Amino acid sequence: MRAALAAIVLALLSLMPLAALAQTSPPLSAVQIVEDNRAQIEKPSRQTIGPVIAGLAGSGDPQALVILSAWANRGLGVRKSDGAFVLISETADGYVLRALDGSDAGTAARADITELRPNAGVRGVIATALVQFNLSDPDPARRADALTTIARDPAPELLDPLRASIDAETDPVLRARKDRLNRLLTLRFDPDSATRIAAVESFSGDLGLDLRGALNPLLATTRRAAPLGTAIDGNIARDLKPGSDLTEVEAYDLLVAANLAPARLTPAELKSALAANITDGAVAGIPLADLNTQAARNRAYTALEVAGTVPVAATDEEVTQIVAGHRFVLTYSEPDTAVTTAAQAVLTGIEVKLGAMQMADLALDALSLASIYFLAAIGLAITFGVMRVINMAHGEFIMMGAYTGYVVQLFIPNYTLSLIVALPLAFLVTFAAGVAMERLVIRHLYKRPLETLLATFGISIALQQLAKNIFGTQARPLTSPAWLDGALTFNDIVSISYIRVAIFVLALVFLMFFLWLMKRTRLGLEVRAVTQNPSMAASMGINPDRINMLTFGLGSGIAGIAGIAIGLFAKVTSELGNDYIVQSFMTVVVGGVGNIWGTLAGALMIGTLQKGIEWFNPSNTLAAQTYMILFIILFIQFRPRGIIALKGRAAGD
Amino acid sequence: MTRTYLARNPSVLWFLLILSLFTLGVTVLSEAYGVAFLSTSFIKTLGKTLCLCLAALAMDLIWGYAGILSLGHMAFFALGGYMIGMWLMYARTEGIVITALSNEALPATAQEIQNGIAGQIFGVVGASELPSVWLFAHSLPLQLMLVVLVPGILALIFGWLAFRSRVTGVYLSILTQAMTLALALYLFQNDSGLRGNNGLSGLQNIPGLADVSQDRISVWFLWASAFALGLGYLLVAWVVSGKFGSVIRAIRDDEARVRFLGYSVEGYKLFVFTLTAIIAAIAGALYYPQAGIINPAELAPIASIYLAVWVAIGGRGRLYGAVIGAAAVSLLSSWFTGGRAPSINLGFYTINWVDWWLILLGLSFVGVTLFAPKGIGGLFDLLQGLRSPDRKGAALGPDDGSLMEKEAKE
Repeated sequence: MRAALAAIVLALLSLMPLAALAQTSPPLSAVQIVEDNRAQIEKPSRQTIGPVIAGLAGSGDPQALVILSAWANRGLGVRKSDGAFVLISETADGYVLRALDGSDAGTAARADITELRPNAGVRGVIATALVQFNLSDPDPARRADALTTIARDPAPELLDPLRASIDAETDPVLRARKDRLNRLLTLRFDPDSATRIAAVESFSGDLGLDLRGALNPLLATTRRAAPLGTAIDGNIARDLKPGSDLTEVEAYDLLVAANLAPARLTPAELKSALAANITDGAVAGIPLADLNTQAARNRAYTALEVAGTVPVAATDEEVTQIVAGHRFVLTYSEPDTAVTTAAQAVLTGIEVKLGAMQMADLALDALSLASIYFLAAIGLAITFGVMRVINMAHGEFIMMGAYTGYVVQLFIPNYTLSLIVALPLAFLVTFAAGVAMERLVIRHLYKRPLETLLATFGISIALQQLAKNIFGTQARPLTSPAWLDGALTFNDIVSISYIRVAIFVLALVFLMFFLWLMKRTRLGLEVRAVTQNPSMAASMGINPDRINMLTFGLGSGIAGIAGIAIGLFAKVTSELGNDYIVQSFMTVVVGGVGNIWGTLAGALMIGTLQKGIEWFNPSNTLAAQTYMILFIILFIQFRPRGIIALKGRAAGD
Repeated sequence: MTRTYLARNPSVLWFLLILSLFTLGVTVLSEAYGVAFLSTSFIKTLGKTLCLCLAALAMDLIWGYAGILSLGHMAFFALGGYMIGMWLMYARTEGIVITALSNEALPATAQEIQNGIAGQIFGVVGASELPSVWLFAHSLPLQLMLVVLVPGILALIFGWLAFRSRVTGVYLSILTQAMTLALALYLFQNDSGLRGNNGLSGLQNIPGLADVSQDRISVWFLWASAFALGLGYLLVAWVVSGKFGSVIRAIRDDEARVRFLGYSVEGYKLFVFTLTAIIAAIAGALYYPQAGIINPAELAPIASIYLAVWVAIGGRGRLYGAVIGAAAVSLLSSWFTGGRAPSINLGFYTINWVDWWLILLGLSFVGVTLFAPKGIGGLFDLLQGLRSPDRKGAALGPDDGSLMEKEAKE
């Protein structure tokens, strides 16, 4: 708003008086202009100072630049003794003075000088005026600053100085910036329609925010209304149909605002009008007790209208009639049709490209969410997928891993080092917990899977409460090292934080590790043998107890490492595991139990699904989760054994 | 099969006797009708416990008898509460709004009253229109029908989908848990039409009974809950005692064999699932007016797991076990977490039960699962000198399986 005002003021004032000055008299010196406008300069106001500053800037006097920049930076003062303007620079015990023409004027004590302090608005106007000087400044940094100022506050009168400065520009980077800025200003402010269209079209396919900032004001629209049959002036974007493009209420409000229709009578106004006209317990002859329906109230009001006690107001039927008798259009504030058409075409192109970019960003988000789910679920893929043990305490193992990371950080302040220590330590802690749980509880329940669920749930609530007792209920931080801060940025839209990249990499590493372990090692072979047929495996010399214990410990240990990864981007609380347990089971079940590729597919599906649904309704992640779960429930109807179902003997039951 | 219903279910008479003695005793000890020994809040706790017992009874039927570990029955319980809560809140707000509007010069129109109610109820979530789910909230009979219909139809649809694709065992448990989570997340949204996170509140104020003090209302609700529990017990005992009961127990023990014998396993499961959902919903409809407030946290998945915990501790597969488990654990739980249990000073550390109760519960639950699969109900077998036949862990034959169940009962 402020920028727009300043632009308008400048636009009006810089053109007219300057032209007048240039024609009627020889160029005035900067000193003369300052003296002529003494009162304004001493007490400047943003609304009126425009012509003075424009006059100074346009005088062509090199000293004008000195005066203007001094004024903006509290370097201009008034000597109290004779009222003369002086350029001042502060020293320890007063000011060093120079006259406005640059000649030396001695010194003065602090009390002898009134320092001029223009307010922020006036300084802004001065800064805009200074920009044209700065565009050709020998210092490249100042030229760059000037360009930034113009880009922030574009105005029509800046176009000419900008163009003039391009040819003399030596720095290729600045030259490119100037060229781009020139085109951006041209498409908005150039008087020639063809030039503007050329400028608009030169941007075709560009994604810059500055371009969208320049195009949007061109395409700003307003709703307007006119009686049918009358012409509507202005650049019409399209017709609006009451009922579909705008509601009848909006349409009527538009008519009221344009003085084309009488104001509508709201129920509240009707009510107060009736209440003001109660005589002897009745309104217009209708008893009060009967006025408990809207129809009766309308009747009473109409009666009052006829009697002339209340102003005529539109009822609902009249509103419909009036709205039908008018045409509603959307008009561009930019009058030039050719320009808006070209701008609209370019903007459409941008939006298409933008949509593609957002899709790419969404895909990255989905991938990162999928890797989080995969990481949370991979331990389960071992304990549940391979061993068929329902471990409801899996989430608590994730939490234990995260708390291990937190405790390690308490002792090792270096975040990188602590992470290196914490990863194996978390594995060890949860491995031990898993082995203990398997030995003490689960091995007695291999034949009773439903009861495993309940027993491990008991452990889960006990562990959760234990964590609450030890660490308290508030969230604990698990800080990531500095090299994981920031984000991998591809362009304005597509970016992904390094932590998520790290989690993705970690998920990949675990996938490789799992495949290697199961397919290439002796342990993996024995695990597969024991899960397929324990008694046969035992008769081949494998100790099923030991294998079960190790496998369960391994699954739990991986959960611990996942806990550290999750703790890096989420706050560590005792309920950390709760948030992931249902999703983790979903991931394994949807993917297909007993197959790591299935778990991967499940994680990808759930991650994509959740992000995809969020995209439709970004404000509501709860809804996304709800619909995702509903979708999964339905999905299981059609593939009860998951995406990748085991077949034949491997399927077991 | 000529023996009477009561002869086949000796526990029914005992149960009804104890329940009526309990109700009578509480009434005599209450503030409103007796010697004022029990506080009103404690009577409410007892009434709520009876409702939880009814829900546990439903859980025992679906899990202990039909072998389906549903982790979604507390969702039906809470849905029942929501349905009755909608009427309670609407009717009470309607009274307030009509009183407020009666001070104005003109008599209020129906639309104004409607808008006033919507503004009162939904102001907290920034909405001012009554959502369409509140269409029947003005009418008690319709909303009472919804108490049965909404959870019933939800259970019917969900059960039909799940059972027809033969999702069984732990998969079904996880699926029901997912259903509960989805429902909870849905209700947490502000635009779900049920006040999101805030839930429904002020349910303890019964419309039309503004002049009756809370101590009387609490006893009335206790009577209603006891009556519902008694009826529920009779119903469930009847369901499990006849041929139908034999079939669902057979499904629990060997589903495939029952299917091969020509029974419609899905039909039986679906019936039990829906029936228990309805019983749980009725229990919830009695529970939440006593609790006074309901919000989506009530149907978090963990609540349903607690329900399973109560049944398991009480002893599943016997109806009085479920009731004992629910009553014992929930009363103990409120005693421990209410801060009334004495702390234990170990010298170096003081065990504060508010913090340690859940750990004790979790561990005792593990203990019960491992060492006493029959739960507290198993004690009655000991009292009667009965033991299950010791078969050295070998699988029971199909005929022996049903016999063992009978032995354990009589």
